[in-house]
Amino acid sequence: MPGLVHVSTTINGNQVDFLCEPRQSLLECLRDVVGMTGSKEGCNDGNCGACTVVLDGRIVTSCLVLGVEAQGKEITTIEGVASPEGLHPVQQAFLENAALQCGICTPGFIVASKALLDREPDADEARIRHWLAGNLCRCTGYDKIIRAVLDAEERMKA
Amino acid sequence: MASNVVLSEVEYNVVGKRPVRPDGVDKVTGRAQYGADLHLTGLLHARVLRSPYAHARINSIDTSAAEAHPGVRAVVTARDLPFASLTKEELGGDYQRLKFASDNFLASGKALYKGHAVAAVAADTVHAAEAALALIKVDYEELQPVMDVQEAMKAGAPLLHGDLLHTTYMGNASDDPSNIAAYLKFEKGDIEQGFAAADVVVEREFETASVHQGYIEPHNATAFWNPDGQLTIWCSTQGSFVVRNNTADVLRHPVSRIKVVPMEIGGGFGGKVTFYLEPVAAVLSRITGRPVKLLMSRTEVFEGSGPAPGTWMKAKIGATRDGKITAAHVTLAFEAGAFPGSPVMAGATCGLAAFDLENGAIEGYDVVVNKPKTAAYRAPGSPQAAFAIESVIDELCQKLDMDPIEFRLRNASKEGTRKVEGPVFQKVGLVECLEAARNHEHYQAPLEGPNRGRGLAAGFWMNRGFHSSCNITVNPDGTVSLIEGSVDIGGTRASIAQQAAETLGIPYEDVKPTVVDTDSVGYTMVTGGSRTTFATGWAAIKAAEDVKQQMVERAAQIWDTDPENVEYQDAVISHLSDPELRMTFKELARQIYPTGGAITGTASLDPAGEGNSFSVHIADVEVDPDTGKTTVLRYTAIQDAGKAVHPSYVEGQMQGGVVQGIGWALNEEYFFNDRGHMANSSFLDYRMPTSLDLPMIDTVIVEVANPGHPYGVRGVGEVPIVPPLAAVASAVSRAIGVRMDKLPVNPGAILEARWANGH
Repeated sequence: MPGLVHVSTTINGNQVDFLCEPRQSLLECLRDVVGMTGSKEGCNDGNCGACTVVLDGRIVTSCLVLGVEAQGKEITTIEGVASPEGLHPVQQAFLENAALQCGICTPGFIVASKALLDREPDADEARIRHWLAGNLCRCTGYDKIIRAVLDAEERMKA
Repeated sequence: MASNVVLSEVEYNVVGKRPVRPDGVDKVTGRAQYGADLHLTGLLHARVLRSPYAHARINSIDTSAAEAHPGVRAVVTARDLPFASLTKEELGGDYQRLKFASDNFLASGKALYKGHAVAAVAADTVHAAEAALALIKVDYEELQPVMDVQEAMKAGAPLLHGDLLHTTYMGNASDDPSNIAAYLKFEKGDIEQGFAAADVVVEREFETASVHQGYIEPHNATAFWNPDGQLTIWCSTQGSFVVRNNTADVLRHPVSRIKVVPMEIGGGFGGKVTFYLEPVAAVLSRITGRPVKLLMSRTEVFEGSGPAPGTWMKAKIGATRDGKITAAHVTLAFEAGAFPGSPVMAGATCGLAAFDLENGAIEGYDVVVNKPKTAAYRAPGSPQAAFAIESVIDELCQKLDMDPIEFRLRNASKEGTRKVEGPVFQKVGLVECLEAARNHEHYQAPLEGPNRGRGLAAGFWMNRGFHSSCNITVNPDGTVSLIEGSVDIGGTRASIAQQAAETLGIPYEDVKPTVVDTDSVGYTMVTGGSRTTFATGWAAIKAAEDVKQQMVERAAQIWDTDPENVEYQDAVISHLSDPELRMTFKELARQIYPTGGAITGTASLDPAGEGNSFSVHIADVEVDPDTGKTTVLRYTAIQDAGKAVHPSYVEGQMQGGVVQGIGWALNEEYFFNDRGHMANSSFLDYRMPTSLDLPMIDTVIVEVANPGHPYGVRGVGEVPIVPPLAAVASAVSRAIGVRMDKLPVNPGAILEARWANGH
């Protein structure tokens, strides 16, 4: 098909090659081209955070990144958070603290929360609330999410 | 200081515990399959063309250029739906309702709001479909829109439905066409006499803006119309059977030939009881012979799905000096949106429910305006009514210099109270909630400092019963599979499995719940109305009782005795007269295949006995006098949950409802320009609360068991959104010394109120 661009990138530690149109967002490429549907589309304009991924160490809303920009980069998505040994402490903390209801925002929250704790293992409530302000959750009122992230800090230290 | 408290009366083994939900791992790893995640072989992608006008006649639609666009497989308009061509003479009885329903899927004749669906395109890619939308030529004749509920009620207002709509009252229709679809009135006692006996009377008018449920997952549907006429729909819905039945109605297709597969649902809050895309995707699939996937964008969700109604309300309440209400008179005018059917009836039955009144009257108007057809939003109608009534109560307390809890206790509804519209309360927990609020450390602690205020409000929701079905099959390893039709929107797989486990006397982990499609379980109504843990939970209890009975019969057969000689107790099956003969549930389960085959317990019920819910909220706020920005300092929600089956999920419902209510009170609104166009249809401009805007939300679950359920369960999901509008607005009013009577109470409104009062 003419007009398609070959993109070679790394997703969750694996080299991935895909073809996309220059106008396609990274989110669209992940979901519709590569077939990784864990990242969710809630708004497609960068305001809900459900499509949050880590791109070369920075969290981004993948709906605001073009697929072609993934060339040569390293991407971590929700599918790369758990390991063969089991869930990541952030995931376990979300489960045990009832930090999800419908679950559609959860992948974005977990990717963003893990990114915070990877760099700031002692983030306090105010810092967590500030960091997660780009992720919308309509079900929980955030209370149990904040508690889960604080709990994950303890789990990651143990 | 922050806390979650459960005040329990009765303890159980599994009910009341906090296990991890069965679908949890899939949802924290990104594996859970939501509707948009589905990708079928040969899939086509569809997009919807929407009206650029709030009110317009559609003279013609030319789809030829779109159909010729590369990659386009089909274009549909209302002419492809069976109801669009029916005339008024052909519409009678239920047909008017169906015509309105059909016209909301695809407009015929007139576009009634900006964003109203007009046509749809299916193409090889979503980009080709989008490009083709621009090639559809619609000849519109723009008409004057009517956006305000009071304007729409006036004689001479532009009529949305011409002579099709007449006001109905007590089943009778008026002679003249109108935008007022329905009028209702409930009365008790003599309000004139009641007001004459009052020492203080407060009367105020209130307005609230349209707001959206704000679920993060946009509407989605995939449909495949097989050449044999079998239609399968995969979608995000609160009620798979509602989608099945209403699609059958609108497409005139047999209900038996439609299967609806509910995918995981990314929030609904009532907004996904209604649906928008499924019949359109189905017709596109019928024409193309291929599966068709149709997704809404966020802007389409705002402009093309149902918000909660904007309102105009008036409340007049009188009381004696010692704090006894003598009379209340409330008028509610609710926007229905473009088609009849606002929740004004629910607003009218909830609004005064917290008060044991001798004299009360409540009137309601259901009014069509050029906005999207409203949909249910968590306790639909009750938050708005409570905003008006609880605000007037707060003002009465100020005038009487009386504690708001003391005032409410002196007038509180309790068992035996007759509501204004007639029903008499069974056991309810309002007094218990008010007492828990008064005893709470939050309420005991004085709120000090300038520009701060504390607001208190109560809320009511009746909760629902309705049909539910459930099957439980015993596995040979002693676990059970639980099959249910209730979509799990926030943990009901767990809360239903807990009730099955409790009834069977087996561990929670031994119950594996699965939500299935409409061909695979009996009729089950929506996940909504705060009914799921109550009614589907009860179906699970009944199915579990059936399993127990069959296990007893099987043991009797094995032991060659009568079932009357066998007892089931705590998952142990025993011979009553021979202590040697006993088997655990697991031991018997291992033997069921060779001794007669599978055991499946089934239940289908429509339970009465739903327990009404009350809640009481305390809000502390601080208002910045320079910017008008309100900060919520502290918030405590107290609620009678009956028995909290999974307290963490009950707390989550309470906290989520509170925060939606805070958004409704302080920020959220559909902002329309003078042509009736929503000017803020993105999450950037329609500002919902973020984690940064909020404190922790403290909760107190008060357990006043519902006598109408085996474990005392009431519904919990809806009532927590009822008090916050009034609690927050009253807190702001007390902080700035001016009564706020319009929502949202945003910084601009606060500054204007302060300036108007000479601050």
